[in-house]
Amino acid sequence: MKISTLLYTAKQGFANIFRNKWYSLASVATIAACLFLFGIFYAIVANFESIVMKAEEGVSVTVFFHNEYDKCESHTEAQLSTQERVEEIGRMIEARDEVSSVRFVSDDEAWETFARDYYGENYAEGFLENPLVGEYNYEVFLSDVSKQGALVDWLNSVPEIRRVNFSEMTADTLSGANLLIAYVSMGIILVLLAVSGFLIHNTVSMGISVRATEINIMKYVGATDFFVRAPFLLEGVIIGLVGAAIPLAVIYNLYSYALNYVVERFTVLSNFLNFLSVQEIFRVLLPVSLLLGIGIGFFGSFFTVKKHLHV
Amino acid sequence: MSRKERLRQEREQLIEEKGIIYLDQVSKEYEKNNVAALDGVTLSIKKGEFVFIVGDNGSGKSTLIRLLLRELTATEGDVYVMGQNLKKLRHRQVPRFRRNLGVVFQDFRLLPERNVFDNVAFAQRIIEVPQKDIRRNVPAILTTVGLAGKYKAKTNQLSGGEQQRVAIARALVNEPAILLADEPTGNLDPKNAWEIMQLLEEINEAGTTVIVVTHNREIVNAFRKRVITMRRGVIISDEEGGEYIDEN
Repeated sequence: MKISTLLYTAKQGFANIFRNKWYSLASVATIAACLFLFGIFYAIVANFESIVMKAEEGVSVTVFFHNEYDKCESHTEAQLSTQERVEEIGRMIEARDEVSSVRFVSDDEAWETFARDYYGENYAEGFLENPLVGEYNYEVFLSDVSKQGALVDWLNSVPEIRRVNFSEMTADTLSGANLLIAYVSMGIILVLLAVSGFLIHNTVSMGISVRATEINIMKYVGATDFFVRAPFLLEGVIIGLVGAAIPLAVIYNLYSYALNYVVERFTVLSNFLNFLSVQEIFRVLLPVSLLLGIGIGFFGSFFTVKKHLHV
Repeated sequence: MSRKERLRQEREQLIEEKGIIYLDQVSKEYEKNNVAALDGVTLSIKKGEFVFIVGDNGSGKSTLIRLLLRELTATEGDVYVMGQNLKKLRHRQVPRFRRNLGVVFQDFRLLPERNVFDNVAFAQRIIEVPQKDIRRNVPAILTTVGLAGKYKAKTNQLSGGEQQRVAIARALVNEPAILLADEPTGNLDPKNAWEIMQLLEEINEAGTTVIVVTHNREIVNAFRKRVITMRRGVIISDEEGGEYIDEN
């Protein structure tokens, strides 16, 4: 194809937008409305997900060992752990899929933390010796809380391990929240897609009478499918881009404002709920929205024109 | 001899023997109602002829035009245009084939937002004629159809007769071998209708094969050309210098 023809089709694509300005405006508005809803929904879900993930990162399982200070003495001699064996078990735990990290907590550190949490800064007074001798442990952080059960079962099967502390309720609640977010996201995305499809179909049908005549004429005078399609596709892509840029700009400002408002007015809330920054949201939302906008514009035009090409 | 050259010679021979348009026992049934819109039609039109196709609504005239444009394919039989069997034409070959035909419709089918020049130039742009040739060809054809001074006008500012002239200019600008006119005077007053028919006659005299589908009895009877009359999908009369035959 000659460059002059390419330039001509590109010029026609731009000209079509202004020629059919009401149709173009309706298309931009439809795409913008759909992507605005999508963006708002994404921002909410991403924040929920981030809060749940942060909470998950804090969920840990604590592992205690049989040792010479063990008071219950229900163990056999062979179950007594040596320092080497404790280190080896530590490495085995760390190698497991369910585990994101492992931290060794010595007797002293365990007492220090306990005393600070329960007695305040002057915890040392009144205790000449560490009452938690032999309570050294591993704090095991999970990569996925739903796998906590499997990890606990395995830990309980290790003979040197005396006790495994974990909270089944926390893990279940977080797993449930994750599932709920996944189902709600999927549901809302499906509804949004259906609504978008319906709105876009209506908008495209609205502009089709003008298009049908034009395509029809092109085909009768011997235009190839590419020649007919190219201006419409370009027009669709531009409409899609503009339709995506508008909600992105609105959401950017709206989200920044909302985030500042929450941080300033509800300091307590923002202390323990870690909201995502506008940059973090836009790292995903920007390319996805632009791609969706371009895709909707491109395929909307593609299928609209396709119907009329068999003349 | 190359395959392309051989095919070209075969086509030329077919045009010589059977005509520029040749229908061989052509039937067309629409899937919707299983009624034969054309029923075993055999027809030959020689290069350079002027032919009227007449008949009432539902006689098969429009189906015939759509078959010639390869908008439809025959259910049975073969349609040859310019020596090409249209049944064997692939979808992607249709645009190139249509560039041999000029088409004029009753409702003009002009691009309303573009001016006269752009409407005519459009037919040249799709076949990638260089811009400098377009600048030469379009004014020339507009002069032929009597619209030299109106090239800047938007088509919706023109009268019906002028719009039909633009449509004829667009159909002719690529110098087609055949001009198909489907009710070209249907939306025109008698004066404009007469002028358009005279223009079509001039185009025919310049060598283009012209096929006019019409209901206009006065015009058919006045021009004394070949008249093919259709009724319920069959040709009931085909006469050189014939007249419009009424249904009753």
